[in-house]
Amino acid sequence: MWAFINKLRSPKWFYAISARLLPWFWAAALILIVTGAIWGLLFAPADYQQGNSFRIIYVHVPAAFLAQSIFVSLAVTGLVFMVWKIKIADMAATVMAPLGAAMTFIALFSGAVWGVPTWGTWWMWDARLTSMLILLFLYLGVIALRGAFTSRDSASRAASVLAMVGVINIPIIKYSVDWWYTLHQPATFTVTGRAAMPMEMWLPLLIMVLGFYSFFIALTLMRTRSEILRREASKRWVRELAAEAK
Amino acid sequence: MPATDGALTKEVRVACEEPRGGLAVAVWATLKRDLMLLLRRRSEVLNPLVFFAIVITLFPIGISPDPALLAAIAPGLLWVAALLAALLSLDSLFRADYDDGSLEQLLLTPQPLALLALAKVAVHWLLTGLPLALMAPVLGLMLALPAGSYLVLAASLALGSASLSLIGAIGAALTVGLSRGGVLLSLLVLPLYIPVLIFGAGAVQATIFGDGVLAHLAILGALLALALIFAPLAIAASLRISING
Repeated sequence: MWAFINKLRSPKWFYAISARLLPWFWAAALILIVTGAIWGLLFAPADYQQGNSFRIIYVHVPAAFLAQSIFVSLAVTGLVFMVWKIKIADMAATVMAPLGAAMTFIALFSGAVWGVPTWGTWWMWDARLTSMLILLFLYLGVIALRGAFTSRDSASRAASVLAMVGVINIPIIKYSVDWWYTLHQPATFTVTGRAAMPMEMWLPLLIMVLGFYSFFIALTLMRTRSEILRREASKRWVRELAAEAK
Repeated sequence: MPATDGALTKEVRVACEEPRGGLAVAVWATLKRDLMLLLRRRSEVLNPLVFFAIVITLFPIGISPDPALLAAIAPGLLWVAALLAALLSLDSLFRADYDDGSLEQLLLTPQPLALLALAKVAVHWLLTGLPLALMAPVLGLMLALPAGSYLVLAASLALGSASLSLIGAIGAALTVGLSRGGVLLSLLVLPLYIPVLIFGAGAVQATIFGDGVLAHLAILGALLALALIFAPLAIAASLRISING
């Protein structure tokens, strides 16, 4: 464990190891997303209530999963950066935050598109939608805070603290929004058929979720690699690498 | 020779130990200093209150002067306006101390920074949150807030604004080193304010509808307890980032 953490301190080691891992994650993402999309969009049976519009689930649910996991990853990498001063963790956090915000936006947008045929409206102050919207604001806050500092080290540490504060608050926000929603509106509209889903609908969803996660890991690895090159541009191994490439 | 040596070490020892012993002294001194500073700059204490009153005046003008309509939305309006007033006052929480360098001195004291920051936040609540809570019933009267909910309004605001001060201080500490941190501060802090707003405004609404008020107040208390534990640590860490950066 300690040996592994010590190795993580070296951007060069991470650069080398991620080059070997990257093709596997890209391949997994490609195969899983293509399989899941074709299965889910073409072959899975239509929902007896929502018809074909339920197929938005195959984008909506994986995006929503990622939106939440990426924020937790931000807090974890923030903690790792603050405790062990591992720069890789902060580089990963830098590149993950916009991806998380994008996933939150995709989840919200696909939810709105889904809302039109099912609820007859683009937006509902539904508990799930509201907490997703707040999550988007939290992401934007982290990104804005990181951008506001001129010193990179301060920016990294400030963003780490905010991500950790946010992650403590996410469950509190989630439960209070649920409470607020049940107080204000009777739960007339629940997204039907999410819990009790037949196997033919559920399996492609699982594949899509795994595919999205692989995509997220691959993209994060790739963008962390370019972040390493950018931040370590003055180091000798990076200059040698650049000379080789020429 | 040995006698002077002994005297010297004793002096040195006293010099080292003196500031370390007095945690209560340091907290009390910080409390007293901040209270005195704020009381001498009265406008800083009064501005949030005036802001609160003006915002509440805007709503009847912008929506409708109809008492029935206003009464229905009054709990939420009062809470949102008080929350914004508390938010606006946050930017000055560490600003003056940062500019004149006394924040650095605070960081250098041997006492735990978290507790000293807690003292500063306590003063902020005492001179912002508490006055807002006391003023809210008067503005509630103007919004035709149903009778019987005034006490709960003041109590929920007093309890909730303590959490608001604590959570907001994290944002204030993170942005104090930035020259234009004001809008950023709101962006960081407002999403974190939502639980407090839900249960605070919920408490007032529960009184109006005759539901259980104590549950809301209890949860506000629980949020405050959580914030009291975690926020000072985050504030201290954020202040260190802002000073060293």
